[in-house]
Parts: sequence; C-alpha cells; structure tokens
Amino acid sequence: MPSLKDLRNRISSLEATQKITKAMQMVAAAKLRRSQEAAQNARPYAARMAAVIANLASGVSGEGAPKLLVGTGSDRRELVVVATADRGLAGGFNSSIVRAAREHIAASIARGRQVSVLPVGRKARDQLRRPYQPQFVGFYEAGGAPSLERAQEIAQFILERFEAGEADVVTLFFSRFRSVVSQVPTSQQIIPAQSANAAPAIDLKGAAYEYEPDEETILATLLPRNITVQILAAMLENQAGFFAAQMAAMDNATRNAGDLIASLTLQKNRIRQAQITKELIEIISGAEAL
Amino acid sequence: MAAKLRFALVSPERELYSGEVDQVDAPGSEGDFGVLSGHAPFMTTLKEGRVKAYDGDNTMVFEVRGGFADVNAEGLIILAEHAAEVI
Repeated sequence: MPSLKDLRNRISSLEATQKITKAMQMVAAAKLRRSQEAAQNARPYAARMAAVIANLASGVSGEGAPKLLVGTGSDRRELVVVATADRGLAGGFNSSIVRAAREHIAASIARGRQVSVLPVGRKARDQLRRPYQPQFVGFYEAGGAPSLERAQEIAQFILERFEAGEADVVTLFFSRFRSVVSQVPTSQQIIPAQSANAAPAIDLKGAAYEYEPDEETILATLLPRNITVQILAAMLENQAGFFAAQMAAMDNATRNAGDLIASLTLQKNRIRQAQITKELIEIISGAEAL
Repeated sequence: MAAKLRFALVSPERELYSGEVDQVDAPGSEGDFGVLSGHAPFMTTLKEGRVKAYDGDNTMVFEVRGGFADVNAEGLIILAEHAAEVI
C-alpha cells in the first residue's frame, strides 16, 4: 500500500509531465498548420513536373535517352534513401517509415541486389544503424524547415553516387501526409524516373512540340531538378506528417496522464479518509474507556 | 476579344498564380517570347528574368530564376525554382 506522501509525489510528478505533453501538443499543432500548408503548396509543382517529364519522355527513347530517365540497363545496385524526422515522441511515425524501408532492403538483398543506404533524419540513422551500418554511404539531418537548398544538397549527393556507377536504382522512403490522422509510409523510385507511374501525357490535338533548346538539353536540366523536387516534396510531407503524429501522440499522453491523476487522486482520498476514520475511532474508543 | 490564356506560375514553395490572362511574356533561354491563347505546343528553359502577365489593364510582374515553361493546349505552365511577385 503506497503511503499518502508517495501518492502526493506521484501525482505532482504526473502533473508536471502532463504540462509538458500539453505544451508539446500545442506547439506541434501550431507548427502543423504551417507545414501542412507548405506540403500542400509543393504538390502542384511536383505534379506539373511529372506531367512535363511524361510529355518529354514519350518523345525520347532508344540509345540517346538519358540514364536518369530510362536507367542504366541494370538493377544490380540499389541506393535506398530513408527520410524520417530528427526527433521522436511522435508515436509510430518514424518507426513505420523505417519498418517499410527495412522490409524493402531485406527483399532487395534477398533478390541478390547490392544495397546501400542513405539515411536522412537522425531517427532513420539511429534505427537503421544496427542492421545496416556497413551499407551507409552518408547521412543527412532532416534539419529544421525543409528548404530547396537542403534538398538540392541531398540530390547532388545522390546524383554523384549515380554518376559514379554506385547505384542503378534509387528508391526514396518517406511518409505521405494524407490527413492529420493518417500518414502513409511510401516508397518512390526516383531513379530511373519511371514513366509508368507518371501523369498521362497531354493531348496535343495533332500539333507537334517545339523545343528550345532541343529535347535532350531540356531533359538534361529537368531530370536532376526533378530529383531535387521529389526530395523536397518528401521532406515537406514528412515534416507535416511528423507534427500531425506528434500532436496525436502528445494528445494521447496528456489524456493518459489525466486518467492516471484521477485514479491516483481517488486512491489518495480513500487513504486519507481511512486515516481520519481510524483516528476518530481511536479517540472515541479512548473516551469510552474512561 | 480573343480567348483567354490559362496561365499557372508555380514554385516549389507555392503556386504564385493560377488563372486566365490575356498575354504572358517570359524570358526564354534563347530569347524572350510572348504567349497568347492558342499558341502552338512549345517547351523551353528560362533564364533569370521577369515574367509579365497582362490581363486587361492589369499587369503582374514576377521575378523568376531557374525556370522552365511549357505551353500546350491546356495553357502555359511556368515551373520556377525561385519566383517572387514584383510590386
């Protein structure tokens, strides 16, 4: 049986915890609104880019086609980019991305592929370190608000690996922000840029496209940019999803702390009353004895 | 009055403009060009410069960098890495 003092201590410590989780929930909610907007604003750009590339891809084929578009002709080497958040306390947000990535990596290795891993986000690094540390080729922090510069830096690194022949296929793992209550771990092949999953080509009504400069030059500038945009979009989706998951997790934590406080308070009052009753009995029986 | 041109200017941060205008002038990498509605399909990279959109008496000016323009039957789309409206 815990003493009154123990109970009081536990309740006050729970109250302090509750204050923290409540504050974290409110901060996450405030940040969520901003990052949700950013993620949604980035979507038209990525979608339009995909449509433009699909358009171009239908015109370019055969020998001269850029490797970023059609691949190196092999799929032996795979680079898996796993993007998570830097911090935790967001329920299963990071773990679910990492789990999806691990399943994919295991399947790829089983098929005889040579896999390398690039974690983006401290949580991805920490959770993948144990099984796949030797396969790490680098590491980036997710950092604060995702910016184009940061995405460019990561895209540059990936492109260098690709050009050096260290990767034939690049797959990106992140969490798609579907709604405040639903974030879906998603994998996306960014190299080669699949034309199968891209948007349908626009009907030109018989007219032919004019290119300035020529198609190859446009594709050569557009494809690396596309990778940057995909990574930026993934980071923005992650950011929004992370705050949504954190808000939900902290809301739960606050509620659990409230429930615990209520039940401990009840227990504390019972003990207090029992003690008072006991004292009264002692006084009364003492008086009766006289 | 001729038909209007559907025009969208998007950067990774946000969609700066989406709507119908009369004419858009943009700085193509091989020369500035103007687009009216019914333009032939056309695709070009952009150099750093200003995109001007005319709608009636209204003129909107945007500063763009690292961009890309796509004209097709559905209108003009400008994808710019950096874009800001100039007031």
